[in-house]
Amino acid sequence: MSSETTLHADVHATHDDAHGEHHHHETFISKYVFSMDHKMISKQFLITGIIWAMIGGLFSVLFRLQLGYPDSHFPILEDLLGHWAKGGKIQPEFYYALVTMHGTILVFFVLTAGLSGTFANFLIPLQIGARDMASPMLNMLSYWFFFLASIIMFSSLFVQTGPAAGGWTIYPPLSALGDASQGSKIGMDLWLLSMAMFIVSSLLGGLNYISTILNLRTKGMSMTRMPLTIWALFFTAVLGVLSFPVLLSGAILLLFDRNLGTSFFLSDIVINGKILPNEGGSPILFQHLFWFLGHPEVYIILLPAMGMSSEILSVNSRKPIFGYMAMVGSMFAIAILAFLVWAHHMFVTGLNPFLGAFFVLLTLLIAVPSAIKVFNWLTTLWRANIRFTPAMLFAIGFVSFFISGGLTGIFLGNSALDIHLHDTYFVVAHFHIVMGVASFFGMFAGVYHWYPKMYGRYLNNTLAYIHFWVTITGAYLIFWPMHYEGLAGMPRRYYDYTGWESFKMFAGLNQFISFVAMVVFATQLLFVFNFFYSIFKGRKVRSTNPWGANTLEWTTPLHPGHGNWPGEIPEVFRGAYDYGKDGREFIPQTEPIGANESHH
Amino acid sequence: MTDYLLIAILVMIFIVIFQIAKASEYVSVLKGEDQTRKQNNKINAFLLIAFLVFGLIGVWWCNDMFYGKTLFPQGAASEMGQKIDLMLYITIGVTGVVFVITQALLFWFAFKYQERDDRKAFYFPHNTKLELLWTTVPAIFLTVLVVFGLKYWFKITGEAPKDAIVIEVTGHQFGWEFRYPGPDGILGKKDYKLTKGANSLGVDFSDPASRDDIHVSGTVHMPVGKPIKFVINSQDVIHDVGLSHFRMKMDAVPGIPTTLWFTPLYTTEEMKVRSGDPNFVYEISCDQMCGKGHFSMRGVIIVESEADYEKWLSTQKSEYSTIYPAAGSDSTKAATPAVALNN
Repeated sequence: MSSETTLHADVHATHDDAHGEHHHHETFISKYVFSMDHKMISKQFLITGIIWAMIGGLFSVLFRLQLGYPDSHFPILEDLLGHWAKGGKIQPEFYYALVTMHGTILVFFVLTAGLSGTFANFLIPLQIGARDMASPMLNMLSYWFFFLASIIMFSSLFVQTGPAAGGWTIYPPLSALGDASQGSKIGMDLWLLSMAMFIVSSLLGGLNYISTILNLRTKGMSMTRMPLTIWALFFTAVLGVLSFPVLLSGAILLLFDRNLGTSFFLSDIVINGKILPNEGGSPILFQHLFWFLGHPEVYIILLPAMGMSSEILSVNSRKPIFGYMAMVGSMFAIAILAFLVWAHHMFVTGLNPFLGAFFVLLTLLIAVPSAIKVFNWLTTLWRANIRFTPAMLFAIGFVSFFISGGLTGIFLGNSALDIHLHDTYFVVAHFHIVMGVASFFGMFAGVYHWYPKMYGRYLNNTLAYIHFWVTITGAYLIFWPMHYEGLAGMPRRYYDYTGWESFKMFAGLNQFISFVAMVVFATQLLFVFNFFYSIFKGRKVRSTNPWGANTLEWTTPLHPGHGNWPGEIPEVFRGAYDYGKDGREFIPQTEPIGANESHH
Repeated sequence: MTDYLLIAILVMIFIVIFQIAKASEYVSVLKGEDQTRKQNNKINAFLLIAFLVFGLIGVWWCNDMFYGKTLFPQGAASEMGQKIDLMLYITIGVTGVVFVITQALLFWFAFKYQERDDRKAFYFPHNTKLELLWTTVPAIFLTVLVVFGLKYWFKITGEAPKDAIVIEVTGHQFGWEFRYPGPDGILGKKDYKLTKGANSLGVDFSDPASRDDIHVSGTVHMPVGKPIKFVINSQDVIHDVGLSHFRMKMDAVPGIPTTLWFTPLYTTEEMKVRSGDPNFVYEISCDQMCGKGHFSMRGVIIVESEADYEKWLSTQKSEYSTIYPAAGSDSTKAATPAVALNN
């Protein structure tokens, strides 16, 4: 091992000169567009993710407008959207397209590519002490495949029959038959094509992240000295690499069913009076393929947020993260279990109850590592000396939402309760809180914390605090009452509830939720504005280590070039969490263990 | 026009907030960054504890406002549903306690251990005993919940009692069809390729058992207190028979029939009293996204006394006789012996 690491160090030493020369040849295109610098690629992912988040968020405002004000007309909508909002009212087909695209965009384009893509790219080389990713070329391709996927998905918004409208889970036969829905015409083919590109991007990225973490750690950076962010990103990449191909196979089979007359997912169907010849397929098979990715996907979204929040909580508590090994172990357990619980999305499909029982057991087992993580975060805060930077506030918010949303998972994972709650607003509340809002909070925490390293400037603090307080309050106001709608059996994905005796009493609440959603969305625009404004005009960072953190990224210069460290890559002598040890506020990883240093 | 005015006002608000934020940034530079940081720290620590207090009050208040609108006060309308409600209560209790404790600790610690010049963070990297404690305690609670959950799960998904009334439910874009087996107690065979014109369910009328089957659309009748078994089909895409009042739900999957069974405890009239809603009606909601009319795919269940149910059933004509009125005389001949046998 030691000889290997010295070898690495040598390679890097010779590398340095090459990099020095390389800088002279950089053009605008190679620096900002087809860049192979992991830091630039990470910014590309982040900015693309922000653009998608605004689109996805705007879609939710539009469909919330319909849900909150089902009897009102907004002429401005017709001006903007044409026949999709005839008479100033969003049409049902468009409503379902909006819901579908909102889910697709937020789950895949923002919280997978935007989150992992940004922070895996940015933090892995910087925190493990590497010049760049194992393969900068694949890394660049990973972004451009994502870009291609984005272009295809975006273009599907403008086709005559509209984008996919069968829900982000695209269950066939609805998604397989153009006769079943407008959105299942060309829009659906574009969706599948875009996702295929997206999966390629995610695989290229994931393989790169894994090989970088395994092979390019600097001298002394053993696996158990890695910051928790790196562990989280590592497990995320493993989950993605093992599960995304399954979705790809499902998507390809669905394309066959749609265009080549195969019957993988189709059987015994009469649609619009037309008798289809397909026999012997099973729509449930698709659900198995989908959720074999779909469930790990939840953790692909959540783990990076967990890792970053752990790091940020520790740094700003000025205290070690409590139970480092338990944190790694619980993430490992979550990653393993993530593959063994997919059918809990399918308790009411007619699944064999005996099989269902196993999925109940394994699903509720996830609560154990989750509980360990929560209590460890709480203990990290105990007797700390906390600085409420915006990043810290968002990390605390992350823990709060993770608790709230995690606990409702105990309801839904228990199949008997799921019968009543399945596909109601209880589910909407649950996954938005635990996966949507919590992950967004982790992402915001990450952006506020590492922005100084990314751009050499700070984000505006006042705007950041406004952003945090409106968002945490608003998110709870939006999603907390939804649990009650769910307990009343109110189904999700309805365009209008006024025709239902059982659900129409929530009209007032729906209006309230819609109103808050608009306020929260507007506040996110404030953040986006802050983000772009501060790139050029933000307060300049003067210290290389503004938060007093131990990890390696803060040993780089204020504006690290391609290659990250101008000289040799620093050697690492300790774990990332020696805060408050022996009366010292923090001891960077690069500091050798002192002769008199205590063992904990 | 007002829309554009509204947008203009929003933009103005944005600019004002931004100017304030910019100004406060200058002020912080003037005051010294350290000074501002300390001040921000105090404000945010206070806001965090305020958020906890108002948040918990809000949770209470929200419950006060919406509990009455959930299905708890009127109670479940089926036996299994009552068990599910009991489990819901237990789970809400357990998770509720955990929720309050953990959230309170989170925000309280954040407030209490805010940065102070005279405080040093306590170096506490791990403690095996504590970690074992919060591995085992949740595991024990979860085991209890799993055991109860699975016990009910197997009961609910188990075989329907032999005397259950079988009703076939078929979903299509966007409505529900129901088929009763008629006097012979057997549902006639179906073949989706026979779906044509008036034979909208694709019933195979060459099967004698199909001749007396009764087909109704949209509204289904059933007697109170008798186990009911739904055999569920779909003609086109996946639908879902959502029976929130009975706490039941099952997908309708094309090509793969599914079943569910339950015993209604109260008639529709009784539920009007229990729920305090004179317009109360048992509704079947489609709970699986099925296309643009998904939200309007509504079915109605009328639960009535057995006598009323029998009376209603006797007024229904068999589907065969409505589709082939000319062959009516034939079919009655064929069906009569079966009726006689059953009675």
